[in-house]
Amino acid sequence: MTDLATSERTVAPRIGENAPRPDGVPKVVGAFAFSSDLHHDRMLWGGTLRSTHSSARIRSVDVSTAVAVTGVHAVLVSDDVPGQKVFGLEYRDQPVLAGDVVRYEGEPVAIVAADHPEAVRMALEAIVVDYEVLVPVVDPMTVEEAEPVHPDGNLVRRIHLRHGNQDVVGDVQVEGTYEVAMQDQAFLGPESGMAVPADDGSIDLYVATQWLHSDRDQVADCMGLDPEKVRLTLAGVGGAFGAREDLSLHVHLCMLARHTGRPVKMVYSREESFHGHVHRHPAQMWYRHHADRDGTLVRVEAHLILDGGAYASSSSAVIANATCFAAGPYRVPSAEIDGAVVRTNNPPCGAMRGFGAVQVCFAHEAQMDRLAGALGMDPVALRLQNALVPGDELLTGQTIKGTAPVAEVIRTCADHPPGASMAVDPLELPGGAGRTADPEHVVRGEAFALGFKNLLFSEGFDDFSEASCRLAGGVATITSACAEVGQGFVTLAQQIAREVLGVDEVVLLPASTAGIGSAGSTSASRQTWMSGGAIQEACGQVRAQLLEHLAAEHGVDADDLVIADGRVVSMAGGFEVDLAKATTEPIEASVVFRHVPTLPLDENGQGNAHVSFAFSAHRAIVDVDVELGLVKVVELTTSQDVGRVLNPLQTVGQLEGGAAQGVGLAVMEEVLVQEGRIRNPSFTDYLVPTALDMPPVEIAALIEQAEPGAPFGAKGIGEAPSISSTAAVAAAIRNATGLDLPRVPVRPTDIVFPGGTA
Amino acid sequence: MSTDPFILEVNGQSHEVADAHPGESLLRVLRERLRLPGSKNACEEGECGSCTVLLDGQTVCSCLVLASTAVGRQITTIEGLSGDGGLSHVQQAFVDAGAVQCGFCTPGLIVSIGSLLESDPDPSELAVREAISGNLCRCTGYGRVVEAVHLAATRGGGSK
Amino acid sequence: MTIATSLEDACAALAAEPNSVIVAGGTDLMVEVNRGSRCVENVVALDRIPELADWHLTGDELRFGAGVTFAEICEPEIAALVPALAQAARTVGSPQIRNAATLGGNIATASPAGDSIPVLAALDAVLELRSTEAIREVPVTEFITGVKATCLMPGELIEAVRVPVLDGPQEFCKVGTRNAMVISVASLALLVDRSARRIRVALGSVSPIPLRASEAEDHASGHLDWDSGVQPGPEVVREFAELVAGSANPIDDHRGSAAYRRHAVRVLAERSLTRVLNRVSSP
Repeated sequence: MTDLATSERTVAPRIGENAPRPDGVPKVVGAFAFSSDLHHDRMLWGGTLRSTHSSARIRSVDVSTAVAVTGVHAVLVSDDVPGQKVFGLEYRDQPVLAGDVVRYEGEPVAIVAADHPEAVRMALEAIVVDYEVLVPVVDPMTVEEAEPVHPDGNLVRRIHLRHGNQDVVGDVQVEGTYEVAMQDQAFLGPESGMAVPADDGSIDLYVATQWLHSDRDQVADCMGLDPEKVRLTLAGVGGAFGAREDLSLHVHLCMLARHTGRPVKMVYSREESFHGHVHRHPAQMWYRHHADRDGTLVRVEAHLILDGGAYASSSSAVIANATCFAAGPYRVPSAEIDGAVVRTNNPPCGAMRGFGAVQVCFAHEAQMDRLAGALGMDPVALRLQNALVPGDELLTGQTIKGTAPVAEVIRTCADHPPGASMAVDPLELPGGAGRTADPEHVVRGEAFALGFKNLLFSEGFDDFSEASCRLAGGVATITSACAEVGQGFVTLAQQIAREVLGVDEVVLLPASTAGIGSAGSTSASRQTWMSGGAIQEACGQVRAQLLEHLAAEHGVDADDLVIADGRVVSMAGGFEVDLAKATTEPIEASVVFRHVPTLPLDENGQGNAHVSFAFSAHRAIVDVDVELGLVKVVELTTSQDVGRVLNPLQTVGQLEGGAAQGVGLAVMEEVLVQEGRIRNPSFTDYLVPTALDMPPVEIAALIEQAEPGAPFGAKGIGEAPSISSTAAVAAAIRNATGLDLPRVPVRPTDIVFPGGTA
Repeated sequence: MSTDPFILEVNGQSHEVADAHPGESLLRVLRERLRLPGSKNACEEGECGSCTVLLDGQTVCSCLVLASTAVGRQITTIEGLSGDGGLSHVQQAFVDAGAVQCGFCTPGLIVSIGSLLESDPDPSELAVREAISGNLCRCTGYGRVVEAVHLAATRGGGSK
Repeated sequence: MTIATSLEDACAALAAEPNSVIVAGGTDLMVEVNRGSRCVENVVALDRIPELADWHLTGDELRFGAGVTFAEICEPEIAALVPALAQAARTVGSPQIRNAATLGGNIATASPAGDSIPVLAALDAVLELRSTEAIREVPVTEFITGVKATCLMPGELIEAVRVPVLDGPQEFCKVGTRNAMVISVASLALLVDRSARRIRVALGSVSPIPLRASEAEDHASGHLDWDSGVQPGPEVVREFAELVAGSANPIDDHRGSAAYRRHAVRVLAERSLTRVLNRVSSP
């Protein structure tokens, strides 16, 4: 069995410094165990038979030939699901294995375990499914009149937000219709894991995930087991970006392991991965902005339709975000936003970095540019004039109580001097290695965009994280089920413990459901705050206990004691002890950390539904070969509201990486879906930016205003970079071409045939 | 059915591969049979570069090498780049420059960059970007990766 | 499984098992094998055959062994002789792919999007095919008979590719929606052949088989003042581009529409002719 422990001892910097990642060295030498690297000497390989239709009734599934394939140990179908037949993040509406119907292309129908991947493949080919093919429901705009895709109906959620005086009309109005295509998270590490059955009927599941306890609970229900009978341990995660918040192969692995009595490993192929996880919701959006002649926004109207695909996943929370943040980080006294997420036979959609805010940012920023044009105003000045400040109301009627340095974010980014020179090497021109353009074919464009999003879970969700700290021999041991997915929480956890306890050595135990409660999801930019907060509090309690113990033992005042350089010292002098020798007994504390409670939205979409917000701005410079419709993003400049920088290097990494995903959505990334079928489920045809597509990211400013309630004042930083980057790049292409370009990704044909000829 | 046993020279050691499937890629053999899982499996169609290894000193996607045809070639994987002497300059630079996030693309990138610095010890940024254009990274946006290459170059580049 | 070390070995192995799968660089074959859409049982590997890995310049003729890789074709020595082929080679996949993928493999795969194909078509490349029975020569334009279809017979392999070294500038351009590592949506090779007083043009990704735009070639060649080097006017360039676009036979697929592809080759034709004319007129 591969050693899954990520325990690592380091001596390294504290809060605000570039602490090295504890998993850095294992990752650079190839020794870090990702979920696809798991191995067990007795293991079998699992595989999944997927629907080849986006909508069909299953008349029968014949597994008789498959079972007889040499090396096959199990072939299981819907009837074999031992417990609850359905799972789901918010609503349990998605079958573990399709029974009577399939609702999207790629939906799992049967699973196989065999002693070699080749035997798995042969068995899967031998399964005969008799489908009665149905006409798929694929148009999200007309879905509400269509046949129900699912017993729960075709409307997953509608929010009709009304804010302020509904009779307001602006002197100047601009209107537009916008579209965002389906984006894939395209993490590199494919879905994979291993289930190991135990003699007592319990199961150990090692899997790459974002939320261990949610997975555990869903798996236990589907397996008909008590939750403690399923022990879920985080296996190395090769990126997530939202795509690992839902279950994928989890229950399948457990079913096969229990059925065969053997460990079972499964690794999705890239094509399967495209079918095996949720995507970013495609969006169709209509907007009308109203402003006074001086540029003051007075009202925003919008209709938003998100295509949720066949199952609910986190769609209802995504549409809440899209609706609440539909107008962007601006003061808007009156609004009517009709947001709906619907069900179709398209691939299921759910969480992806930015979670509903990305789609509306593309639209509201296009509207702000359009409004600036109608007013004859500078687009940055218009944004500054309407920028939210603390104390302002959001569209939900909620007053911003925390920090909101929107104007600072705008100014620092817009004022940053551009650095991009004109391309010299043909490789730097649009078209790159293809040498399609000469400098005279290229038009440069520049534009600015602003975005924001909530941090942490909203709408009354009981959002918490549990962590414990144990101090013994001068070493702190931290336990948390927070999923490290690449973002660097493991680094921060150590920094926090060092900072609070003054220790140098911090051991982080593997994230597991055994022995600790939920840390919640690694999503919603929440773990630095939530699990960071839990660790900070747990360490704080240990520190207090230690100092009280020493005070009592040595007759000094606990308030007079400080921890410095690995020693506990009395400020008044006269007492000093090595941390490692300060106690003979370990000191422990366990904490459940919660953020301030939120409330559900009312029938008008009003309410204190959110905790805190992060703001970001991007300025994009692009070179466009207008005649061929090819784009090279030349420079991205960004400023972001971060609360406080806990680790500068990791902060830069989040800002650069998030921006790259935004660039991808702006110019190349689209899951092409036709009649419910994905036409490009591969990295050959689903294009993500290469190093030659991604420009350098200039960080103009990290705005540090400590956020009340957040540990060390730090806001989550993961999502904001992917919100305004797409909008800025698209706007820069508009600036270069003079075209409307109401859709992302901007395809060559959108530039070459703007009328939609082909 | 399976192939006749064959021998692969990986990281300076001979490994016998018995009962491989006829179509098995070098990547699968390295990962599943030789238990060298450092080379990664993100696409298995030569688009991501996560499986990059050196074959007789040249970078290739091991997923596109038919394992049984690699007999007699010197194969170097990420596991062969550090060894007893600690981290290579490139590996150390990845740690120091913050080029590692999820780490899935990291082994392939390190093999590609090591090869680049062997032939071009002080590459321009454009040369770096072209050299790693066959290594997709979804976490970093490449900024810290390019930094790491420059850092490694200043510390002595490909000469470990 | 045969790892051939000589052409004779390879041909003998193929003769013994005519349905063997030939593998050279493996970069196309293994994609299909990994996907499970292709079975390999008998394999003949060509990557250890010294003759196949060599190239020679004889007079005005370059002879590439079929196993020469695209990385080698990018090298200055070859790039000086057939610049368009080197330009095309640099757009093949990624550095890792170019280290493995071979010229012969690109031809044998016979994809309409094969990056070297338009250049070879424009060069009137001739393939040397070998089996135990015979050696025959086939022009590349006849070798590829359809989408991923060739006239290669069981037992036969591509031994070499012969192309002329032309006197005159060359261009290869390729449109893709990413700046590197992308499959061609449309491509074009344009070569100047001063001694024959010809402009040669071939297109990629806009036809199931290699496509020479002969009418456009005639038009441009006829309007160029080969003695004075004086450039024809912009209208000739435009007409040339129209003729190129007219010769294309593109389809709609998920990588691009037929209309965009036709438009793209028109633009590439105009730009590449302008580029070479700028160089032709400046001696």
